Amino acid sequence: MASLPSAEPLAAALLPRSLEVLASSQETADTWTLTLAAEGARGFAPGQFNMLYAFGIGEAPISFSGDPADPTRLVHTIRAVGPVTRALCALRVGDSLGARGPFGSAWPVERARGRDAVFVGGGIGIAPLRPAIYRLLAEREAYGRVVVLVGTRRPEDRLFGAELAEWKAAGVIEVHETVDAAGGDWTGDVGVVTTLLPRLGLDGPRSVAFLCGPEVMMRFTAYDLIGAGVDPAEVYVSLERNMKCAVATCGHCQLGGSFVCKDGPVYAYPRVSAQILVREL
Amino acid sequence: MKSLADLLETFPLTEGMEQDQLELIAGCGKNQVYQPGVYLFREGDEANTFWALRSGKVALEVYSPQRGPLVVETVAEGDVLGWSWIFPPYRYMFDARVLETTRAIAFDGACLRGKVEGDAGLGYQLMKRMASVFTRRLAAARYQLLDLYGQPAER
Repeated sequence: MASLPSAEPLAAALLPRSLEVLASSQETADTWTLTLAAEGARGFAPGQFNMLYAFGIGEAPISFSGDPADPTRLVHTIRAVGPVTRALCALRVGDSLGARGPFGSAWPVERARGRDAVFVGGGIGIAPLRPAIYRLLAEREAYGRVVVLVGTRRPEDRLFGAELAEWKAAGVIEVHETVDAAGGDWTGDVGVVTTLLPRLGLDGPRSVAFLCGPEVMMRFTAYDLIGAGVDPAEVYVSLERNMKCAVATCGHCQLGGSFVCKDGPVYAYPRVSAQILVREL
Repeated sequence: MKSLADLLETFPLTEGMEQDQLELIAGCGKNQVYQPGVYLFREGDEANTFWALRSGKVALEVYSPQRGPLVVETVAEGDVLGWSWIFPPYRYMFDARVLETTRAIAFDGACLRGKVEGDAGLGYQLMKRMASVFTRRLAAARYQLLDLYGQPAER
């Protein structure tokens, strides 16, 4: 019989530490990026998340969106969708928040070494992918094609537009953005993110794909990537479930035999492809 | 220089078709280049042409008096544009505005209709392939309607 985790590390993992907000920048109408002083914080791996605590209101799991190579600060991009995230987005320079983490599994960026990497982000899903892109750019020559596809609701909802444009202009990665709806002044693509895939001329068997966004988007993107010859085992998705304790104890985020907070959020697609179709999970 | 039939041999819609069928289709087409800002057609125009896009980008738009032109979809390399040539009343349902310099094979719709009416095998091949395009585009339009990136509820 498996033994219970000892109380001491569990208690430490449940105790938030106070971090100061060094910078707050509004990305879109409902999304902010907070830069936090990383004093006393452990490093993180791309794809992992922190539980961020708005004092007196509550906690929310928020992925890291900054460069994992920078130990001096932690960056989180947060969309204001409820009381906790609205309170977090309202924080300004000098304010504090509570943080626990890092938690969860990481994007296996090294799987793409010597091969092509395809990142597909939908909406705020590009934020958890950004640390993986930074990690890959730090050793750009070790990878083949690096393709970033971004789907967004409207042009004004695009995240990290300047940075993506910079990477694209520098020719270090291929960036393709599309929006669901636009006015006549938008000269980019309009349509769902999967419509971009056939135009890329991907070498399926050589590609490793990292998907983050609404689950429906990831499912249909996975179908198309696998249809284009990508090995299903080389398609990775980041799942979002009701994460509370973040240490695989409370059971709120249980998905079949795994806990998304500990075994996820990043999974190889075959591990969860059946479970995410079960409506009760 | 490649002939139109050669180009069609590797175009997604017609890839894998018999050589004689490609020649028949190519007989209704011509290579064209369109500059940004050009409208390939406007809503309500007679649908005499459809395009196989070799490069570039074209926006399909609907004009709203209150909101101006609204882009419903963009099409690019490998896509086909202008399906209204197939079905009566042969009228385009959107505006098509060129966003980036676009190279395309433009097909004469009446010519193609004439050829498929007289050749059931060719007609079946073309309709089967067009139906596959319709299916993919319909699925994409349905996902688009879901507004997946809209505000979720905090849990």
